[in-house]
Amino acid sequence: MSQFLQQVVSGLASGGIYGSLALALVLIYRSTGVVNFAQGEMATFSTYVAWTLMDHGLGFWPAFVATLAIAFAGGVAIERTIIRPVENAPVLVVVILTIGLLILINGATTWIWGGAAKQFHGPFSTRPISIGGVAFSIQDFGVIGVSVVAVALLALFFRFTKVGLALRAAALNPGSSRLVGIRVGWMLALGWGLAAVLGAIAGTMAAPSLFLDPNMMQTVLLYAFAAAVLGGLESPIGAVVAGLALGVMLNLLGTYWDFVGGQLRLPAALAVLLGVLLLRPQGLFGRMTVRRV
Amino acid sequence: MRTLTLKLALFAAAVVVVALLPKLFLADFQAGDRFGKIGAYFIAIVGLNILVGFSGQISLAHGAFMAVGGYTTAILMADHGLRDVWTIPIAGLVAGIAGLALGLPALRLSGLYLAIATFGIAVSLPSILKKFDHLTGGSTGIQLFGSPQQTGHGTGVDILGHHLGPGDWNYYLTWTCGLLLFAAGWALMSGRVGRSLLAIRDSEVAAASAGVHPAFYKVLAFGVSAAFAGVAGSLFAINVAYVNPDTFPIPLSLYLLVGLVVGGLGSLWAAAAGAAFIVYLPIWVQHVSQQAPQVVYGAAIVLFMLLLPTGAAGLLTILRRVSSKEVL
Amino acid sequence: MSLLELQGVEARYGQVKALHGVSLAVSEGEIAAVLGANGAGKTTTLRAISGTVRRAGEIVFSGHRLDRLGPEAVARLGVAHVPEGRGTFMELTVWENLRLGAYIRRNGSFKADTERIFKLFPRLAERREQQAGTLSGGEQQMLALGRALMMRPRLLLLDEPSLGLAPLVVREIFRILGELNEQDGLTVLVVEQNASIALAAAHRAFVLETGRVVVEGESAELREHPTVRKSYLGY
Repeated sequence: MSQFLQQVVSGLASGGIYGSLALALVLIYRSTGVVNFAQGEMATFSTYVAWTLMDHGLGFWPAFVATLAIAFAGGVAIERTIIRPVENAPVLVVVILTIGLLILINGATTWIWGGAAKQFHGPFSTRPISIGGVAFSIQDFGVIGVSVVAVALLALFFRFTKVGLALRAAALNPGSSRLVGIRVGWMLALGWGLAAVLGAIAGTMAAPSLFLDPNMMQTVLLYAFAAAVLGGLESPIGAVVAGLALGVMLNLLGTYWDFVGGQLRLPAALAVLLGVLLLRPQGLFGRMTVRRV
Repeated sequence: MRTLTLKLALFAAAVVVVALLPKLFLADFQAGDRFGKIGAYFIAIVGLNILVGFSGQISLAHGAFMAVGGYTTAILMADHGLRDVWTIPIAGLVAGIAGLALGLPALRLSGLYLAIATFGIAVSLPSILKKFDHLTGGSTGIQLFGSPQQTGHGTGVDILGHHLGPGDWNYYLTWTCGLLLFAAGWALMSGRVGRSLLAIRDSEVAAASAGVHPAFYKVLAFGVSAAFAGVAGSLFAINVAYVNPDTFPIPLSLYLLVGLVVGGLGSLWAAAAGAAFIVYLPIWVQHVSQQAPQVVYGAAIVLFMLLLPTGAAGLLTILRRVSSKEVL
Repeated sequence: MSLLELQGVEARYGQVKALHGVSLAVSEGEIAAVLGANGAGKTTTLRAISGTVRRAGEIVFSGHRLDRLGPEAVARLGVAHVPEGRGTFMELTVWENLRLGAYIRRNGSFKADTERIFKLFPRLAERREQQAGTLSGGEQQMLALGRALMMRPRLLLLDEPSLGLAPLVVREIFRILGELNEQDGLTVLVVEQNASIALAAAHRAFVLETGRVVVEGESAELREHPTVRKSYLGY
């Protein structure tokens, strides 16, 4: 029983990371209609930035905040320069473009910081804590906490602020948004900025346990895709809930089913991804779009 | 009819070029090896074009189909002692069946969703290969160095009374298959299948109401294109004489799609340009920047998509339009 | 003095030219109607003004050249366009739709304005938290109008408000338009296929044919004009 609880909690922690990155994917998809294959690499790059700041003596939390600001600026810049020209291009072109971006950023990360794995000191103690006789990791609770707070702040932003509403409007109906004076282009850039921030959060939360190397977020990206699709590519809540659920599920599968073990986590996530796409493509929380003939 | 004659003439010219290339230009083994790789990628991209360019379905998993073909060849040769040439059609068949199997569920997915699903397949394939190690040799893979009589490696091959050195054998094997498959693909796409696919790509509903069954052709396209990739993987495996999870890495699927789009969709000859792009750009880029070749590579792709999304083939169309002074 | 003036405005969709030199002027405080058959270019004229179509020529609004501006900038100058199809944000609530109308306004008085809109359109007040997509056609038209009014525009561009609506609802909408015009001095340029109701509500009208203004004048005049009577009024 205690092992079960431990796996659930650590699954929730991983799930928080998957959910954050999945939310970033959904955010970009909803606002620009693009699936950003480079999201993981952007997150990795941001994490390296945080590492560099800490290496120069900054504490974790100041470095964290600075990294979020830099990530935001980076996301906005990428949208304005690279994505904007292809806003109306065919799907395939945009897919290739973000793949090119993936390759570019991965290369840049390797170039600037080298390919060797680095140690990343997270803000949370790695000591275990005992609750009701069961040993849990403080770090897991910390990650869950940060993820929840980030998502909650974002939700409040969208629900209760004027800019949040404008962003939602720009994503839903860019034409009408322009007619009420919303600068849609900048709203899209804002979406990318926020997504980059979420990615940075996911990366900095993942780095202590995953070890920081240029390919750190590649597998996380697949989990995030699975979560985003499971939740419904259009649904932010879905992405988060699905991320948490996926984290827990994969952990339990890995622990209790030998066949999956530690090696087949990725394919298991893939199986989830494919299963959802085939059985319920709109995901758990999405809406079915009917194509009227 | 004139265009048909023109195309046949071009094809004949291509055959001549391919036949003579080794003698004229490729003195060193390295170039021959590279051209062999280009040939394999060429076949894969032609196949991918049938799927993406003609039937309009995105696949980021064609590296996986190459792996299926490559591993089939390796297993057949290592465990069952087959001669390399005979494994090629079998590899194509196995990969083709895998393609049909993927094509069926793919019917329910479109555009981005299909891209994501196939991306997932490409990313998880290494894990699967490592898990079923009794078949695939796990992380170490399967090596074929010890069987030169099967692969022609190191010793060359006697065929039709001529002796071909090992590099030449590889090159000719690959490119003969390449030209044959190109011709087959071209014939297929020029005929009913191709027209049906284009109709489906442009409007499934309209095609269906004209009596074309979208499901049948879309699945068929998946199977055919996977078969092409399987043959490519098989030839690749024969070329390098071993397979392991890193022979067909995750980026390969990405690069194949990149090569296709950079060469130009819907144009078979451009597949050759795309294949050359994938092989040569990383090498060329090393000259440009010693430290950060990958950055330049990624930047090149991004720039291509921003400036020339229709690829090299598209550039030709633009030039043709400009030179014929069509008023826009 | 003209609030809005168009001189030789051309517009095209891709290769197809829809406007071949439209010239008209609307005075401040006036309701002007644009009439014409399907495809005459009425909707395109409004789009040219708001910047949602590629256009050339001179468009002057209160001293500003609109023809060089994009839709966001035009909106910020005080031009509210209720497009064909209403352009409602279907997934957002009624209240959120109205809130968006006040997006460009600096002062925080949008709450008072929302109340005013609700008083004008009581049906909307009842449905404030409802998703806009669940509203009936008439209610959506009112919502679209309400959203435009939240912008406190100087010029209102209305595209076919009567489309798909019951006559009673149409009459109500035009009555409200007339009220706003009289009380607030709101200038309106309305495109209508229903010529009789448009001429009843408007002070002036312009008749478009294949992208050009062929007849213009005060409504009373146009009602007696032989071509207008035969082609658009049916008698």
